[in-house]
Amino acid sequence: MRPTPARLLNILVPVKRAVDYAVKIRVNPQQTGIDTNVKHSMNPFDEIAVEEAVRLRERFKDEVKSIKAITIGPPKSLDTLRTALAMGADSAIHVEIPESSPSPEPLAVAKTLKAVIERQKEGVDLVILGKQSIDDDLGLTGQMLSGLMGWSQATFASKVDLDIAKKEAVVTREIDGGGEEVRCKLPLIVTTDLRLNEPRYASLPNIMKAKKKPVEKLSASDLGVDLTPILETLKVTEPPQRVGGGKVESVDELVAKLKEAGITAV
Amino acid sequence: MLRNRYVHCHRAFVRAYATPASSPHALVFLEHRQGILDSGSLSALTAAQQLGGKISALVVGGPDQVPGIVEKAKKLKGLDSVLHSTSPQYSAPVPEVLSPLFEKLLTESSPFTHVVSTTSSAAKSLIPRVAARLNVPAISDITSLVHDAADSSTTFTRPIYAGNAIATVRAPSSVSIKFFTVRSTAFSAASIQEGADAETLAVDPVDVPDSPTQHLKTTIAKSDRPDLGVASRVISGGRALKDANTFASTLYPLADVLGAAVGASRAAVDAGYADNSLQVGQTGKVVAPELYMALGISGAIQHLAGMKDSKLIVAVNKDPDAPIFQVADVGLVADLYEVVPQLIEKLKK
Repeated sequence: MRPTPARLLNILVPVKRAVDYAVKIRVNPQQTGIDTNVKHSMNPFDEIAVEEAVRLRERFKDEVKSIKAITIGPPKSLDTLRTALAMGADSAIHVEIPESSPSPEPLAVAKTLKAVIERQKEGVDLVILGKQSIDDDLGLTGQMLSGLMGWSQATFASKVDLDIAKKEAVVTREIDGGGEEVRCKLPLIVTTDLRLNEPRYASLPNIMKAKKKPVEKLSASDLGVDLTPILETLKVTEPPQRVGGGKVESVDELVAKLKEAGITAV
Repeated sequence: MLRNRYVHCHRAFVRAYATPASSPHALVFLEHRQGILDSGSLSALTAAQQLGGKISALVVGGPDQVPGIVEKAKKLKGLDSVLHSTSPQYSAPVPEVLSPLFEKLLTESSPFTHVVSTTSSAAKSLIPRVAARLNVPAISDITSLVHDAADSSTTFTRPIYAGNAIATVRAPSSVSIKFFTVRSTAFSAASIQEGADAETLAVDPVDVPDSPTQHLKTTIAKSDRPDLGVASRVISGGRALKDANTFASTLYPLADVLGAAVGASRAAVDAGYADNSLQVGQTGKVVAPELYMALGISGAIQHLAGMKDSKLIVAVNKDPDAPIFQVADVGLVADLYEVVPQLIEKLKK
């Protein structure tokens, strides 16, 4: 156990550099993946995670001792970390992998995050991650990390009510068909849903300041983790293309088309 | 009556196989709500059947929930056994409470080669936690699978990049237990089979006395309409619906005429027109009904991800260049406020 004279909160926010959400992706001709020579940005759910951390700092002031952003990725991922720093993170960790390396799988990412958490002298009380990355759409990392740590997890969070003194949080989660509230003890892993908040834009002065914030560079071997994928991606293909059936001119034609397809009032 | 035999898992399930390339044995997590088996879980069972091996189902719940569900589950086609575990803690379980039960079932000479569930919010929270604790990867939201018994590998396809690419991934034999969640719209629901009577086995619950997470309450948005995930017809509204009242007063009468579920675009949900749970798209529900009617929805990539496998897509939008028209089978460029009342009237005839 860490000594906790005055309870201060240390937050870790993992972020991922992903193909920008607005880009129409293309599968490469070799069918090994997609053409990544396109605009990238921070995974949208991770922006929400950073925003939430920064809002906690704004709400609790000095009780939030640190907000650290972390990414695992090629050299270009540094841009993503700078974005997190410009939004309000204090410092960052870049676990750098070669440009040519395949994207690490969630289990490996979770193990890396665990190794990083264990290196933090002051510990980590709260990890906020996106609920999924919009490239692989797996949505596994946060839950895997909480499994490895044996910590409380609150996935698909739309509201986080933190009580630092009591070391707990009441989290509202989005579930199938509605919502759910859970009470979680810290340390806690939260994964963000879209409704958690509206991320801010980094202002130019903050972008400038972010350039001076510290970024610690680490490698997988520093952390003793193996990022080699376990699953083999055999191929990546285009989905069957759907061709629009054209337009109709009137509601009558629309109803006729519906009836033709066997769709009538019940 | 349930045969309430408490068993030691390893004794009951271990079978001596001559080679490590044994036939698959799937454990399917069967979810239920209010005494009804979740239809997505039934699709997961169908997917598990394609592995070509034995299938056990796992039902967990509170003392008042489990007996009825087990009675229904044991009649399901394709099931060899139904494991069930009952505890007051499982009435509204959190992953921290369920994970130890799964870990117990899956370690110590477990016979299970695959853990299968539907891609529900409960499973999405639980399955990766368990997989990580057993140090194996997990595969999310698969749309097809093939198991190779000769080398104990399983190959899956799954959509990535909001459904704009399909990845084929192989879990090799080194992955001792293959965890995957199943996109329910890609598999039909397993049916009840006359005369089926799977063996039922009670499994001792694992008490978690000091769970770091406690369930406080669940709020389910009530509706008389069909459930969005399984409805054969869906009427969806977007930003053009203006506000919550307009959304309801415009869409609901049409949905009622067609017996359809109501869905919404992210814009409509964010603006508060509709409940979060109605969101269709990459980060909401994925639907594939017979009819998907998109009213006042432009058709962003993220929305198309959730509905483009629908059989018949109908779009009504004022903007002739809206991307939705590229996927719509029937498009009408018009004001939805004029179209919908006419549509209701003409459909009723």
